[in-house]
Amino acid sequence: MGTYSIRLPDVGEGVAEAELVEWNVKVGDTVLEDEVLGAVMTDKAAVEIPSSITGKVIWLGGDIGDVIAVGAELIRLEVDGEGNQSDSAGASAGQATPPVAEPAPVAAPVADVKRPVTKKTVPELPKKPPSAVTHGNAQGGKPLAAPSVRKRAKDNGIDLRLITGSGAAGRISHEDIDTWIQQGGPLASSAGRAANTTVTDIKVVGMRRKIAEKMSLSKARIPHITIVEEIDVTNLEELRTELNAAHKDQRAKLTVLPFMMKAIVEAVAEQPQLNATYDDDAGVVHQFGGVHIGIATQTPAGLMVPVVRHCETLSLWQSAEEVGRLAEGSRDGSATRDELTGSTITISSLGPLGAIATTPIINYPEVAIIGINKIAVRPHWDGQQFVPRKMMNISASFDHRVIDGWDAAVMVQKLKTLLEKPAMLFVGD
Amino acid sequence: MTDLKCKLLVIGAGPGGYVCAIKAAQLGVDTVIVESQKPGGTCLNVGCIPSKALIHVADEFHKLGAFVNGGALGITAASPEINLSESVRWKDGIVSRLNSGVSGLLKKSGATAIQGTANFLDGKTVVVTTADGDKTISAEHIVIATGSVPVELESLPFSGDVISSTQALALEEVPQTLAVVGGGYIGLEIGIAFAKLGSQVVVIEAADQILPQYDTDLTAPVVKSLAALGIVVMTNARAQGMVQAGLEVQSADGDMKVIKADKVLVTVGRRPCTDGCSLAELSLTMDGAFIKVDDKCQTSMRGVHAIGDVTGEPMLAHRAMAQGELVAEIIAGKNQSWDKVAIPAVCFTDPEIVTVGLSPSEAIVANHEISVGQFPFQANGRAMTTEAEEGFIRVVATKEQGVVLGIQAVGVGVSELSAAFVLALEMGACAEDIAATVHAHPTMSEGFAEACMQITGRALHI
Repeated sequence: MGTYSIRLPDVGEGVAEAELVEWNVKVGDTVLEDEVLGAVMTDKAAVEIPSSITGKVIWLGGDIGDVIAVGAELIRLEVDGEGNQSDSAGASAGQATPPVAEPAPVAAPVADVKRPVTKKTVPELPKKPPSAVTHGNAQGGKPLAAPSVRKRAKDNGIDLRLITGSGAAGRISHEDIDTWIQQGGPLASSAGRAANTTVTDIKVVGMRRKIAEKMSLSKARIPHITIVEEIDVTNLEELRTELNAAHKDQRAKLTVLPFMMKAIVEAVAEQPQLNATYDDDAGVVHQFGGVHIGIATQTPAGLMVPVVRHCETLSLWQSAEEVGRLAEGSRDGSATRDELTGSTITISSLGPLGAIATTPIINYPEVAIIGINKIAVRPHWDGQQFVPRKMMNISASFDHRVIDGWDAAVMVQKLKTLLEKPAMLFVGD
Repeated sequence: MTDLKCKLLVIGAGPGGYVCAIKAAQLGVDTVIVESQKPGGTCLNVGCIPSKALIHVADEFHKLGAFVNGGALGITAASPEINLSESVRWKDGIVSRLNSGVSGLLKKSGATAIQGTANFLDGKTVVVTTADGDKTISAEHIVIATGSVPVELESLPFSGDVISSTQALALEEVPQTLAVVGGGYIGLEIGIAFAKLGSQVVVIEAADQILPQYDTDLTAPVVKSLAALGIVVMTNARAQGMVQAGLEVQSADGDMKVIKADKVLVTVGRRPCTDGCSLAELSLTMDGAFIKVDDKCQTSMRGVHAIGDVTGEPMLAHRAMAQGELVAEIIAGKNQSWDKVAIPAVCFTDPEIVTVGLSPSEAIVANHEISVGQFPFQANGRAMTTEAEEGFIRVVATKEQGVVLGIQAVGVGVSELSAAFVLALEMGACAEDIAATVHAHPTMSEGFAEACMQITGRALHI
């Protein structure tokens, strides 16, 4: 039995080190030749490292996340036969030891007996680039210029091939570069790409700091699960348009929001665990009978979440009015503390900016947030043909500590059902 | 586990390595340089410098010998004697002055020098075995500057009287007979020196001419000089191995000959030192026996650079130095890349050969339409007054615009003209520029302007 060590091979692209991201084996495992031992990550890609021999793993060269240098010992195997390492070398774990055997000598230009080599003894002219003499001139070589001119061009990012030299045979002088710069030569190319190295420091204070703290608290404490679902809102939009037309000038204009609020009221009636706050310090979930919906609102000072209380008691128009009033209050600063606290579930909507999907951050300590994405006409396969339908995605996040994926999915499906067949929203009324 | 951390670790303190370390330290890079021998590498310890010292001794001795029977100059001198062991001590004095010079420069620059043998653990970590035990050094950047060593022939392993250039430069006595296997520049430089010191020298070359890289116009004055020195040149010949009576050689016609040789100097080339240092650990992409590098001396592994002889031909100290400087600047954050037009090459035979840029045939291969100007030293006053009429300066330029593509020269002392030649190429000179430059009279450099006049019109003095 011998010890065979496998080193991290050159994983290409000139990398000198790579991060260990996976071990497929552990000490004591028997690996077969060509079996994948693990994987390393370079800045380009993950590379699997196969075993070059069959043997038993006796030592691993690092833990996941360790950065290993190319050529460093990766793993040691106990193998039949001699191995490639002396036992003493194997003892110094962590320290890659140069192999005892000399590496195979590089083929030297040693002549055989009959042909003494005499070539290359004389300082001959370089035959290949880059040392080859490829003097520039008009015949397509490198531009003809003195070293100081070439250096200046290199330092200033000037391509000498673009400059016509005024000297004999087109040799480029410092004056030629001056002239070229004066004529705006490099300006066109470099001014537009000048690096902007300014840094502006902005203190995070007041409202912004509160928002930052609240966001951090939520993201740090709550393991979010986000579900994105598409909803065909063609019918809803028809209904909304008709209702708005019918009550024009008399009632508040309906947006999608009041419908969503109503759908949420219906949904949480079946799943009360979603209309709740989780006091994680105390280890208690407070389920609420009343549905108090926070409406994420952009204000000049930043994000605010005014609360529409007891949505279960409100009609569509009452909801719409309440949302309008509170949004206004938030923006002009007249909203009271009561109006800005006490929500049990939140809606986040960016309206026409609503993107295809978002990953809403839960309004801590609530357990669910419903994000509304924008409405767009998309082709929909109705079984026979593509038809244009108004589609809207919702992106909903849940506190996975207290809400299982199943319940989250049921909630989202309920909202989908209600919004796709808006009549269902009013069956209970 | 790590004893030392630094931004740059240079392995090898030869001309490439020490220049890289000094430059980097000057630029504020935290630098460590490791060398197992004395600083200065092959060049300073067993190459350029000691060989030039030996050549100088041989030249002086030979000059005096020429006056024994009088001569055209009207000088007669007594027969000179050589005490080679004293010459070698003088040479060693120069070498050790330069050793401490390099150490001093490294220290002054702020680089940390460590004596020891380096071995790679991985692309960022090296273990250095020193007299005080092992040190682990981890570095952001590592420069491999391990140089090269003489190639050994299987049939003629270095031992006893079969020596490499290193031992040839440390001989305490002038051998009566010397066989030189390999007629390249190293073999000829040392062979000529020993011939001048009184050895019977035979050069065995496998190709059909000595200095096979040069065209015969350039080598003809050297061939003539070899004959004058009594050096026997066997071309198309192959050394077979040592036998009782000397070195067995298969000559051009297939006959086996035994050449009497007190010492056999094998100079069949140099190979890169890529087998030490546990370099194989890094699995770098190679270019034949050399480490492959790009125009920033970057190897296939990020953060690992290579310079000098390990990166390929031409294996010359000044190329390594230029690469060392380049890498230091890159590591210090400068925007640099290799854009040298030419690397001069000098062969210190008698007479000397200098080549810069393209030869006429190389220029034609590279699809240039060329015009060539050549000026012989026979027509140069300074050359006549120093008895150095052999040789010429040749300029290769494009036919259309006279852009200088290459310059070659052969002649006594032409090595010092290499500065003018390479400057002309690097500055992108045209033949007209050089022809229009006033050259001092009387100097051999006038031949440079005259050769260029041949291209632009007509030389004045021929």
